Amino acid sequence: MRVEQFLTDSARRFGDKVALVAGDARISYRELDRASDRLAGALVAHGIARDDRVIVFMDNCREAVVAIFAALKAGAVFSPINPSTKAEKLAYVINNCRARALVTQERLRAVASAALAEAPSIEVTVVAGAREPTLRGAVSFEAALAAEAQPPGNPGIDLDLAMLVYTSGSTGFPKGVMMTHRNVVAAATSITTYLENTPDDVILNVLPISFDYGLYQVLMAAKVGATLVLEQSFAFPQAIFAKMTAERVTGLPLVPTMAAIILQMRDLKPGAFPHLRYVTNTAAALPPAHIARLQELFPTARLYSMYGLTECKRCTYLPPAELARRPGSVGIAIPGTEAYVVDEHGARVAPGVVGELVIRGAHVMKGYWENPEATARALRPGPYEWEKVLYTGDLFRADDDGFLYFVGRKDDIIKTRGEKVSPKEVENALYALPGIREAAVVGVPDPILGLAIKAVVAADPQANLSAHDVIRHCARHLEDFMVPKMVEFRAALPKTESGKISRRQVAADALEPAA
Amino acid sequence: MRADTERKVRKFIEENFLFREDRAVIADAESLIDAGLIDSTGVLELVAFLEGEFGLRMADAEIVPENLDSIRAIVAFVEGKRAVVAA
Repeated sequence: MRVEQFLTDSARRFGDKVALVAGDARISYRELDRASDRLAGALVAHGIARDDRVIVFMDNCREAVVAIFAALKAGAVFSPINPSTKAEKLAYVINNCRARALVTQERLRAVASAALAEAPSIEVTVVAGAREPTLRGAVSFEAALAAEAQPPGNPGIDLDLAMLVYTSGSTGFPKGVMMTHRNVVAAATSITTYLENTPDDVILNVLPISFDYGLYQVLMAAKVGATLVLEQSFAFPQAIFAKMTAERVTGLPLVPTMAAIILQMRDLKPGAFPHLRYVTNTAAALPPAHIARLQELFPTARLYSMYGLTECKRCTYLPPAELARRPGSVGIAIPGTEAYVVDEHGARVAPGVVGELVIRGAHVMKGYWENPEATARALRPGPYEWEKVLYTGDLFRADDDGFLYFVGRKDDIIKTRGEKVSPKEVENALYALPGIREAAVVGVPDPILGLAIKAVVAADPQANLSAHDVIRHCARHLEDFMVPKMVEFRAALPKTESGKISRRQVAADALEPAA
Repeated sequence: MRADTERKVRKFIEENFLFREDRAVIADAESLIDAGLIDSTGVLELVAFLEGEFGLRMADAEIVPENLDSIRAIVAFVEGKRAVVAA
C-alpha cells in the first residue's frame, strides 16, 4: 500500500466528511482528494516525475496537507521543512537531495527566494497565496487547484521513497531520513492500532508538520478517516482549548513543553473536555508529577507515554493500564515490532543492565540520504543475516517484565521543546560571528523547555559582544528552537587532553549553581 | 499614563523579541505571532512581564490573541484592566 491511498480510500468511504479543519476552513475528504489530485497533475505537467524530491516549506496550513498528498500522487518524495528554517539551511537541504520542486507560501517567499539563488536544482516553485509569480519556475497554487487535472494512474510501488525527513546530526549537518511508503504505512498502522483510532476521532494537532510527530497526525487521520484540526501553535492555549470544545476533540498529541504550559494554567478545571479520549506524549519523558496532574485534568482520557526517533518514527509506547505501576517507563515495542537493549557487541543484556536500544521492524528507515557512513552506524546487522536493525543511539534499560526506561543519549544531541538540536550545528553558527574565539553549546534543565539551549563562549574583548548580539546572530541563521536562550561569556573554555573544547566539562559547569 | 504604558510595553517587546529579527521597528497593530516574534514560551514571558510591571493578574481566558497579539492590543488591555481596578 502507498501513503496517498490513505486519502483516496477515505475519500471513497467518507467523501463528505470533514477531513481537515484549518483556521476557518473546513475541507471534506472529497475536496482534499480533488485538490491534491489537481496539484499533483500540475506538478506532473511541469515535469515533476517519479522519485523527484519536492520540498514542502510551509506553516501548519491546509495548503501544506494538499502539497504532501499531491507530491505522493505525482510519484514524488516529499520533504517537510520547518518554516522557521533560514535561507542558508533551506538551500543546504535542497542541494543535499537535489530537489526539483519547492512548495511554500507567501509569508516565506523571501526566504525561499534567497535559498533558490543558491539552489539550482529547483525547477518548479509553487507559492500559496502568492501576490506575484516572482520565483523561478513559478506555478500558481490557486490556479492549479482551479483547473481540472489528474495525477498519473500508477505513481509507483510501495517500496519507493515516500518522504525524506531531515533530522539533526551530531556532525552539525542535517541528515535526510529515507522512509518508503511501506515504512510509513507500517508505522501509521501500528500507532493507530494501539491508539485504537477510528473514523469518529477528532485529532487536534498544533505540532509542526515538519516534525514527524506532527506530520503523522496528518497521515494517520487520513488513514483512519478521522477529522484533523490543524493549528499553527500553542502560543495561546486558551484559544486551542476553545477549539477543542467547539470541535469535540478526542485526541490530543503533546510534547512535554505543552504539558508544562497546560499545567501552569490557573483556571482550567478537571473534566473540561468530556470528549477527550486520549492524550499522547513523546519526544521526551513527562515527569511523573506531570503525568498525575494531567490525569486529574483530563479524567476521560487515556494517557500514552511514548518514545521514538525519526529513523523509525516510533519505537515504544506504554499501555495506559501500566501507567500507574510504571510511570517512568516508555513501555514496550509498538505492535508488530521489536525493541531490545544490547551491549557494545550487539548482544542482548539482562533486565536492569543499561545498553543501547535496538529496533527491529518494517517501520525502520532505509538509511540516510546519500550518507553511507552515518547509515552504517545506525543500520547494523541484526539477529538474521538477511536484515539490518536500527541502533538508536539512546541508552535504555528494561525492568523484569520487559518494560523499557530511557536512561540517556550516547551523543551530545540536546532535546529542547521536543526537538533535537545538534550542539555542533549551533556552535558552527556561533563561530560564524566575528569575535567568537571558542564556543560550546549545552542543554540546561528548564521547567518548560525540558532542556534550554545555552551558549558558552569566549570572545575577543575588542569585539565587545553582548548576549543580545550572540542571540540575534543565531536567530538569523538557525531555526527558532535552536537559538540559545542564554549566553555565558568566559575568558577561555575548558579543553580535553588533546586540546579540544570539552563540551562535557562545559555542561558539567553549567549545572553548577551560578557562582 | 497610556503613553507610559505603551513605552514600557514597546521596550519589553523590542528588548526581548524584536532584537532577534532583521528589523528595527514594529507597527502598533502588527501581529506578534504572524511576525514570528513570539511563540508559546514568549507568551509566558509576556504575561509574567505584564503581571510584574503593571500589577495585574491575568486569567487564562484573558491570555488570548485579542489581548496580546499586538502592541496596540496589549496597551488597550492593560489600560482596560487598570480602569476596572480604579473604578
